[in-house]
Amino acid sequence: MKLLSLTAVELGKKIKAGEVTAEEAVLASMDAIEAKEGQVHSFVTIDREGALKQAREVQNKIQEGILTSPLAGVPVAIKDNLCTKGMLTTCSSKILYNFIPTYTAEAVRNLERAGAVILGKTNMDEFAMGSTTETSAYGVTRNPWNTDHVPGGSSGGSCAAVAAEEVCYALGSDTGGSIRQPSSFCGVTGLKPTYGTVSRYGLIAYGSSLDQIGPIAKDVSDCAAILEAIASHDKKDSTSILRKDLDFTSGLTEDVKGMKIGIPRDYLGEGLDAEVKEAVLASAKKLEEQGASVEEFDLSLVEYAIPAYYVIAAAEASSNLERFDGVKYGYRTKEYEGLHNMYKKSRSEGFGTEVKRRIMLGSFVLSSGYYDAYYLKALRTKALIKQAFDRAFAKFDVILGPAAPSTAPKLGESLKDPLKMYLGDIYTVSVNLAGLPAISLPCGLDKKGLPIGLQIIGDCFQEKKIIRAAYAYEQAGTYQRSPLAEQ
Amino acid sequence: MKQTESSTFTVQTGRTVISDETMEYVGILGKLELTQEERQAAKKDMERMLDYIDKLNELDTSGVEPMSHVFSVNNVFREDIVEDRDGGEDTLANAPERRERAFVVPKTVDQ
Amino acid sequence: MSKEYETVIGLEVHVELATKTKIFCSCSTAFGSAPNTHTCPVCTGMPGSLPVLNKKVVEHALAVGLATGCKINQYSKFDRKNYFYPDNPQNYQISQLYLPICHDGGIEIETESGKKTIGIHEIHMEEDAGKLVHDDWEEVSLVDYNRSGVPLIEIVSEPDMRSAEEVIAYLEKLRMIIQYLEASDCKMQEGSMRADVNISVREQGAEAFGTRTEMKNIGSFKAIARAIEAETVRQIDLIESGERVVQETRRWNDQQGYSYAMRSKEDAQDYRYFPEPDLLPLVISDAYLQQLKDRQPELQDEKFARYLSEFGLPEYDAKILTSTKKLADLFEDTVKLCGKPKKVSNWLMGETMRLLKEHEMDPEDLGFSPGNFAKVIDLAETGTINGTVAKEVFEQVFTSDIDPEQYVEEHGLKTVNDEGALRDVIAKVIQEHPKSVEDYRGGKEKAIGFLVGQTMKAMKGKADPGIVNKILKEML
Repeated sequence: MKLLSLTAVELGKKIKAGEVTAEEAVLASMDAIEAKEGQVHSFVTIDREGALKQAREVQNKIQEGILTSPLAGVPVAIKDNLCTKGMLTTCSSKILYNFIPTYTAEAVRNLERAGAVILGKTNMDEFAMGSTTETSAYGVTRNPWNTDHVPGGSSGGSCAAVAAEEVCYALGSDTGGSIRQPSSFCGVTGLKPTYGTVSRYGLIAYGSSLDQIGPIAKDVSDCAAILEAIASHDKKDSTSILRKDLDFTSGLTEDVKGMKIGIPRDYLGEGLDAEVKEAVLASAKKLEEQGASVEEFDLSLVEYAIPAYYVIAAAEASSNLERFDGVKYGYRTKEYEGLHNMYKKSRSEGFGTEVKRRIMLGSFVLSSGYYDAYYLKALRTKALIKQAFDRAFAKFDVILGPAAPSTAPKLGESLKDPLKMYLGDIYTVSVNLAGLPAISLPCGLDKKGLPIGLQIIGDCFQEKKIIRAAYAYEQAGTYQRSPLAEQ
Repeated sequence: MKQTESSTFTVQTGRTVISDETMEYVGILGKLELTQEERQAAKKDMERMLDYIDKLNELDTSGVEPMSHVFSVNNVFREDIVEDRDGGEDTLANAPERRERAFVVPKTVDQ
Repeated sequence: MSKEYETVIGLEVHVELATKTKIFCSCSTAFGSAPNTHTCPVCTGMPGSLPVLNKKVVEHALAVGLATGCKINQYSKFDRKNYFYPDNPQNYQISQLYLPICHDGGIEIETESGKKTIGIHEIHMEEDAGKLVHDDWEEVSLVDYNRSGVPLIEIVSEPDMRSAEEVIAYLEKLRMIIQYLEASDCKMQEGSMRADVNISVREQGAEAFGTRTEMKNIGSFKAIARAIEAETVRQIDLIESGERVVQETRRWNDQQGYSYAMRSKEDAQDYRYFPEPDLLPLVISDAYLQQLKDRQPELQDEKFARYLSEFGLPEYDAKILTSTKKLADLFEDTVKLCGKPKKVSNWLMGETMRLLKEHEMDPEDLGFSPGNFAKVIDLAETGTINGTVAKEVFEQVFTSDIDPEQYVEEHGLKTVNDEGALRDVIAKVIQEHPKSVEDYRGGKEKAIGFLVGQTMKAMKGKADPGIVNKILKEML
């Protein structure tokens, strides 16, 4: 199982050097999955035969010199809200229990072009709505650091699979923190790119104006390399942006001298766990020691980000999820009387509680008489939040803070009080509202032995700056493996 | 409103009241049919959530344009060129019920 | 009826645009394929698919807006209209509510009571729905998404019309403008032009509008006229009997001549419009707008004036020829080939119109080529065939677009100009009809007509009747 302790880039080098074959890498992952899935349950679908076949093809192309990407031959796990042609894609929902897409998401295709081998699909909160991966219709995923705790969410399956060393890297998606928060809880590194950097074509939408796909891996170097592979200007996604600076790995320098880092005082106040605060401030200190300047400042409007986010995300979700109606694909109820009854029964039986909750909230805030008061108000708040970040980035290169107010809670605790769960997104949602890039990387453990995540936020299109800061910080420490990875 | 009251983690609850009719109406809009129990729970959740969302009213947003898209990118077009192939089998591959090349649904005409 | 009432009518006209591909994907808009052939993940609402706007749709919408005197929203957006129905695969329709591309225009119509301007409230772009086919034997409907995502513009008029006559004049004018722009073929029977009619009545002279009802998707101009009349009577009856008109959508059954309400508890009619997050705003620059204006084709008014000045046509001819783009194009293309504008016009105004009527066709259905049409005119003008034969040949061109020269050759229809041969035939006719000859010589001038006819018959029509007449007179 040693192969899986490598980073994706390291494993890619070994494959390229002929020390390991792509097929051996898949088999190593399959062994690890077999050994650990019972404890962690990161996957919804595992495609052993498909992966082995793909690995053999990729291996030939590597040997023929056709595939030269650093990720060629390295197995990957894909969050189950990304369409994969011929492979079950459920969004961890009963309503898509049998859905087999006829096309592959652009980000995944980009990985395939780079020679990645797809092992399977990872568990998530149903339709990415949740922060714990407990709302999945296919069972909870557990935290590899302590299986009594949640892995975070919604990309909990992807983060747990990496932390448990079932796979070297995975793709996730981030609408309000769904890559960064579970990365923080699982002690791995996850990056949410600037909105429009990675094509959303084939990503089953939750909040279309907020969703971005991003990498989840063991370190910053992997994240940079993976992002380089998945980012593209895609004509099939109107919101995809033509960027010329996609050489993210060039940001992998240890040099943070003169870098101006701001820490929002608003991120250190009420509600933040003391141990998390301490770890974040210690991280800032380390960067300061390396030559960066660190300053606390008032970002403002932080408390308005969550209500604005939930209005916008729920509104968009209520519309995006209308297509799941039992007509074209997925679940249709067995007995019904007429069209509308078929719709209602299929959807009520097919969606879980949290999804229904958000559909209803979204339908309500868009309904006649409430649109201005809720939806437009939220869009105006979003504009103000964006302005607040613009002011901050006029002064600072990056913003540093916690990824989540606490470490991973125990299973079953969060869903009792949804509002409290939503409040856990306080440090992540504003990044999505403003379309910014941000990374979460491990910065220590709390007394319970659970990982703490450090979040570094950059201005739009400034991924290289956050990669630089994160890489510099990372060099000062060593990656800590989860107990499940050690097995 | 005093500063302490606008604290992030303090939510005044009990202000928003949603009627059963509204819950039924929202169910029609979202095509969801909840059991009585589910509906009561959902109603309570929604009231709490809306109380919390009301926090936005503390903010003066007059004169602020609603922002749908973060970036000011405009005019993303396709040329009018057909890239057609028979999509029928792919389109129908996941159909819960099909007849030859069409999806089958309960009869839609009102009598 | 004790009081005088006035009908107030506004129209929502949907026009399918003549693009090659759908509005948000590259699937073909072609008709006549097996169900769900022209489909892809985008136009069937597959999870994860995203829309990308067809540039041509914007061009067509702007062209129609400019031609109908609309103002252009140089900053325009798409919105989602949410409602569940199986012909709408996403269960929301991408449309424009808050910032439609064109607004505040109008067109002039002419009816027997004179000229009048009908205001256009707005023109917006949106996607068409798929097709539902209802099974007669089972309680099911079948869904076909070939039409799903075909681009539409919806032209919303002001409530400026007062009669079925005005409504039809408005629709005809609108159709003519759009056909001139080649933005759509506007065929009502094929559904590429559809109208929803909003009707209310009020007492003559009243300021406020009455409560309106909406009649959906009526299939022809005639049906629209019938629906308006029936709905007017229905509403007046309600008011006269002390009841209220309910604001609702009604479906018109043209066969049975009545409408019924389309009411359902499940139709909340709350569309929860919000800006489409998957599409970016449109910004129409001044330069682009100018470019489009410069590219606008000649419309009817200009063409009419030019037909008078350039071709010297009478106003009546010019008006009819420019009433549809098809006729105008046919006229101009034929004149280009054979000159003689007045002759071309005569053939179009006379024989063409007669045959259209006989075959119950519209000018849009004309299928013959200007080349063959020009040949008929040339053959007739040079005297190669006589007038009767020319009409026969033209009918062949009209129905089957045959090559007239070849046809005349194959059927031996050329006029015989060999006077020697003609004299032999006439001599024979004189010999065979002594009674008529006698009558003529006895002063019955008319008798010569019979002899000409007999000669033409003997010549199988291939003679010039004028010449026959001349020779007959000589010989008698």
